[in-house]
Amino acid sequence: MHLSPDEIVYWQHGPVKLNATIFQTWGLMILLTVSAWLITRRLTTEHVRSRWQNLLEIVVTGMKQQIADVGLRHPEKYLGFLGTLFLFVAMASLCTIIPGYDPPTGSLSTTAALALCVLIAVPMFGIEDQGLGGYLKSYLEPTFIMLPFNIISEVSRTLALAVRLFGNMMSGAMIIAILLSITPFLFPILMTLLGLLTGMVQAYIFSILAAVYIAAAMRTRTAKSGRHRETETSTHAPTENHG
Amino acid sequence: MLIDWFTVSAQALNFLGLVWLMKRFLYQPVLHAIDAREQRIAAELADADARQTEAKAERNEFQRKNAEFDRERAGLLGKATDEANTERKRLIDEARQAAEELSIKQQESRRQEVANLMESITRRTKEEVFAISRKALADLAGADLEERLCGVFLAKLQSSDDEVRRQLADAVQDGSEPPMIRSAVDLPPEQQEAIRNVLQEMLSTDVRPRFTTVPGLVGGIELTAGGQKLGWSIADYLKSLEAGIEELVGKPAPPEAETSIPGA
Repeated sequence: MHLSPDEIVYWQHGPVKLNATIFQTWGLMILLTVSAWLITRRLTTEHVRSRWQNLLEIVVTGMKQQIADVGLRHPEKYLGFLGTLFLFVAMASLCTIIPGYDPPTGSLSTTAALALCVLIAVPMFGIEDQGLGGYLKSYLEPTFIMLPFNIISEVSRTLALAVRLFGNMMSGAMIIAILLSITPFLFPILMTLLGLLTGMVQAYIFSILAAVYIAAAMRTRTAKSGRHRETETSTHAPTENHG
Repeated sequence: MLIDWFTVSAQALNFLGLVWLMKRFLYQPVLHAIDAREQRIAAELADADARQTEAKAERNEFQRKNAEFDRERAGLLGKATDEANTERKRLIDEARQAAEELSIKQQESRRQEVANLMESITRRTKEEVFAISRKALADLAGADLEERLCGVFLAKLQSSDDEVRRQLADAVQDGSEPPMIRSAVDLPPEQQEAIRNVLQEMLSTDVRPRFTTVPGLVGGIELTAGGQKLGWSIADYLKSLEAGIEELVGKPAPPEAETSIPGA
């Protein structure tokens, strides 16, 4: 039994290797891209449209609405990053119904990579929004004494993000593997169904937390400019207590 | 070790690649399609609003024109009705007037016809009667008749009452002209003398009457003095007969009969 798909290595040359995590990630990328291409190549602006186009529109507009609800003012700008996070994690979880499939999100390397992306994206969006000085000054809020704590918070939440997703996905796969060896019939199916649900929840949590972090990086500026609406939205945004 | 750093970097690159791919093949096309549809719907709604506004304006215009048309129609109808009534009344009045005029003309014509007929009958009758009478009287007229007529006239003068006498005397005395004795034929001197004597005796004054002959009297003698007339003639009888005939046919005697044949 493998704790992580990283341990399944198909090919290796020095530090460069092709393991199951990368391989399955490519598979997911191909699946998502080809599906999107197949559907969007025949998009129509008429009132009557295909059910696949409807599905995609519902997914995209739903994600856009969620981003807007978190408090980000131009959701289209963040849709590429946050939406892809959600779609990748969700698709990785949904594909667990395929026998012999190990979700790449069950690898701490993958979740760490995603968390690192978030770690880098948050200051990037923050600097883009309020400039380098403005963003760095937010680490000194409310006083310069808080600087180390802010940095620790930034790092720890990234770590928590990575470990939370990894733990949930890995545990799901592990539980199913263990149950299959103990009670081969029915119960693993129920656990798989439960795993689908938790996988969707994890996808939602991961992407919404990333959105919250990005929104928090801009909160200082919006609070200073007295935009109460933005502030209230940020206050009501989900916290790290999820999961 | 749970974290393989090569895998981490590879997955980070994979993720960034997936972000690009998703942007390229999913988000942009879908968002563009949604935006295009929203714009299309907005355009259609705006168009529908414009059409609705236009339709409302057209409806209001139509209603206004309809009301105006109704009003004009009612006005024209009322005017036409009034004109028709006026024309009808005028035509009826004209017809009535024409009928009345026609009726009056017919009545007049009928009356004229009756009058003409009556006049013709009267004239014919009168002429016939007079002709017969004149012929009979002319045949009978002679010295004896004239003498007899004179005798009757004298008797009438003598038998006249005092009032007549007084009026006759006043007329003779006041008149600038002498009294006139008219007879159908010329009176012989003896009769003229007898009449003059009777008048002098009656009026107790010297009277010189003027004697004239009027054939229309047929037979008889008349005394005229100062507007007073006294006498007797067959013409009086004939006039009386004529008046009786005219009274029978309901027509007054023609005025020329009165002037031509004066009576006592």
